[in-house]
Amino acid sequence: MPKWAMIIDLDKCTGCGDCMAACKLENNIAIVSPEEANNGRVMFWMDMITMYEGEYPNIQIKRMPKPCFHCDNPPCIKVCPVYATYINDEGLVGQVYHRCIGCRYCMVACPYTAKVFNWYEPEWPEEFKVCFNPDVSVRMKGVVEKCSFCAHRLITVKETADSEEREIRDEEYLPACSESCPADAIYFGDLDNRESKVYNLSRSSRAFREFEDLGTEPKVIYLLKKE
Amino acid sequence: MPKKIQYDYETDAVLYRPIYETGKGFYITVGILLLIILWALFMYITQVWFGLGVTGMNQPITWGFYIVNFVFFIGISHAGTLISAILRLSKAEWRRPITRMAEVITAIVLAIGGLHPILDLGRPDRVLNLFTAGRLQSPLLWDVTSITAYFTASTIYLYLPMIPDIARLRDKGGKLTWLYNFLSWGWQDTEHQKKVLNRAINILMIMVIPIAISVHTVISYIFSMTLQPGWHSTIFGPYFVVGAIFSGIAALLILMIASRKVFHLENYLKKIHFQYLGTLLLIMSLLWFYFTFSEYLTGIFGSEPHEMHIILYKFTGPYAIFFWGMILCNFIIPVILLGFKRFKTITGILFASIAVVIGMWLERLNIVVPSLANPRIELPIGIYFPSIVEWALFMGGIAVFILGYVLFSKFFPIISIWETEEGRKEAITEVEERIQSYLPGDETISK
Repeated sequence: MPKWAMIIDLDKCTGCGDCMAACKLENNIAIVSPEEANNGRVMFWMDMITMYEGEYPNIQIKRMPKPCFHCDNPPCIKVCPVYATYINDEGLVGQVYHRCIGCRYCMVACPYTAKVFNWYEPEWPEEFKVCFNPDVSVRMKGVVEKCSFCAHRLITVKETADSEEREIRDEEYLPACSESCPADAIYFGDLDNRESKVYNLSRSSRAFREFEDLGTEPKVIYLLKKE
Repeated sequence: MPKKIQYDYETDAVLYRPIYETGKGFYITVGILLLIILWALFMYITQVWFGLGVTGMNQPITWGFYIVNFVFFIGISHAGTLISAILRLSKAEWRRPITRMAEVITAIVLAIGGLHPILDLGRPDRVLNLFTAGRLQSPLLWDVTSITAYFTASTIYLYLPMIPDIARLRDKGGKLTWLYNFLSWGWQDTEHQKKVLNRAINILMIMVIPIAISVHTVISYIFSMTLQPGWHSTIFGPYFVVGAIFSGIAALLILMIASRKVFHLENYLKKIHFQYLGTLLLIMSLLWFYFTFSEYLTGIFGSEPHEMHIILYKFTGPYAIFFWGMILCNFIIPVILLGFKRFKTITGILFASIAVVIGMWLERLNIVVPSLANPRIELPIGIYFPSIVEWALFMGGIAVFILGYVLFSKFFPIISIWETEEGRKEAITEVEERIQSYLPGDETISK
């Protein structure tokens, strides 16, 4: 069984935010008005954390793309009262929108604050409504959603590989963020495959995971030169 | 026109009066309460219609007033059954006029509190998924289970000791005879019936204590089972139970003082009752402080960065006023008012109880919001202002409680009549015998 994982090279990342835009379009994520976004109702599956370091005038800005970490030991699925969030054999953590009762316990339990909630009926400008991605279901108000590692793309890739009677090639299945990154900073692949790029990069001395001490075993690995 | 029911000859006539005489005050109170409830209902409908966006909740503060009030109301509900069961179990004779009121609080407030998680749901239409697809491993399901058990046990525990009183109302005839006839279950005051009833009450009273404790422990588990700093603590179970009993006693005292005034029960609820319960409140206040102190000292001494960040945020951040307000209301005010004989009058006890209820509400707020406002990951600190919808539903919850109590007092005596009679008839000899049996001396005295 493959174990899908993402590597984000922070030394290469320019913080441009293209991954966020690609993700929003790929996954039919609702467009929230600026006022509501300022009230903390912004909806991103791929978020961007901005950290300011140092004192004025020597401020350093660090940016860090943050998708769902698809933990191997996910705190969110432990607390869900209705099996609306689950982890599958390939290590993808999914969300069943039609079963979710909207209690938001998973959002509370997630140490990475990776999930977002549909505070209102999702809305898009008219132009967007004609170009929804048909592979991704549109959510309804009152449910929790999050990054799926573009699992719908995996289905297509699997079907192609099956029809051609071969294994899935490395970097054949890429989520939208990884595909669109102009700096090539987001890698994606099978962590159990010793030939994959992701496997080799995960063993780099620059590799670290967020809050490793919590035992959640996230499958998003960051690369950053030690200073 | 129903004939006038005679009750003036009864020794406990004053306990029958609110049932058979309806003043203007009753209609005005019920009217105002119904208006508040309708307003809350309207607000809830807007929330269902537009989505939870009409509340002040956001990311990362995804839980707000509803969960705070849920924990708060369930805490208040511990007043009743637990206190009444403990007083019955310890054979405290002064319990007689208190138990019924305490149990009524439990039944009504528990129903209100138990509904709060549903108010909080994004998809209340899917609430039945809890039964069709429920995951018993989730602390929320533990909650559903234990609250249902507690609600069942405490309503039966309220109802059973009411049977002889309902039979009395049935025998008076007049209003609602069919209802009293049905509810009294053919009670004829025979020796056998009394024996069976006492047995049933005794069994329930033992059963209800662990259930009550489990309820608030499990509510604390909702928080402590997550990895969030400020929540992930083993002390939470007992801490919540102590806080629940603490706020419960305070609510009971407020209700007793109000009923005493409204229903002229000065003869039944005497100063001694308030002082005994006041002492209990003082003990709980000290216990609460002990738990709070241990909780924060452990955090500060270990100074794990995330934990420390939240503690400092509570002490000095935008919620500091609520934190220090909680310490003032839960510890300083009650200890001063209840610790000195001079202040321990009924007015003093009333003020202390009001302070405690406010303080315990603040405590729930201090647990829920600051931990969520400071996510572990480096996101901007969240801020939460409850919206008018959340305030409306909070007011609505309180209004439902008062309305429930007012209506209860219209149909049933709020002080157990038969237990008061039993106290008059049997308690003195019984207590005398019991005290005799404690004293050193001949074994034959005790049975």
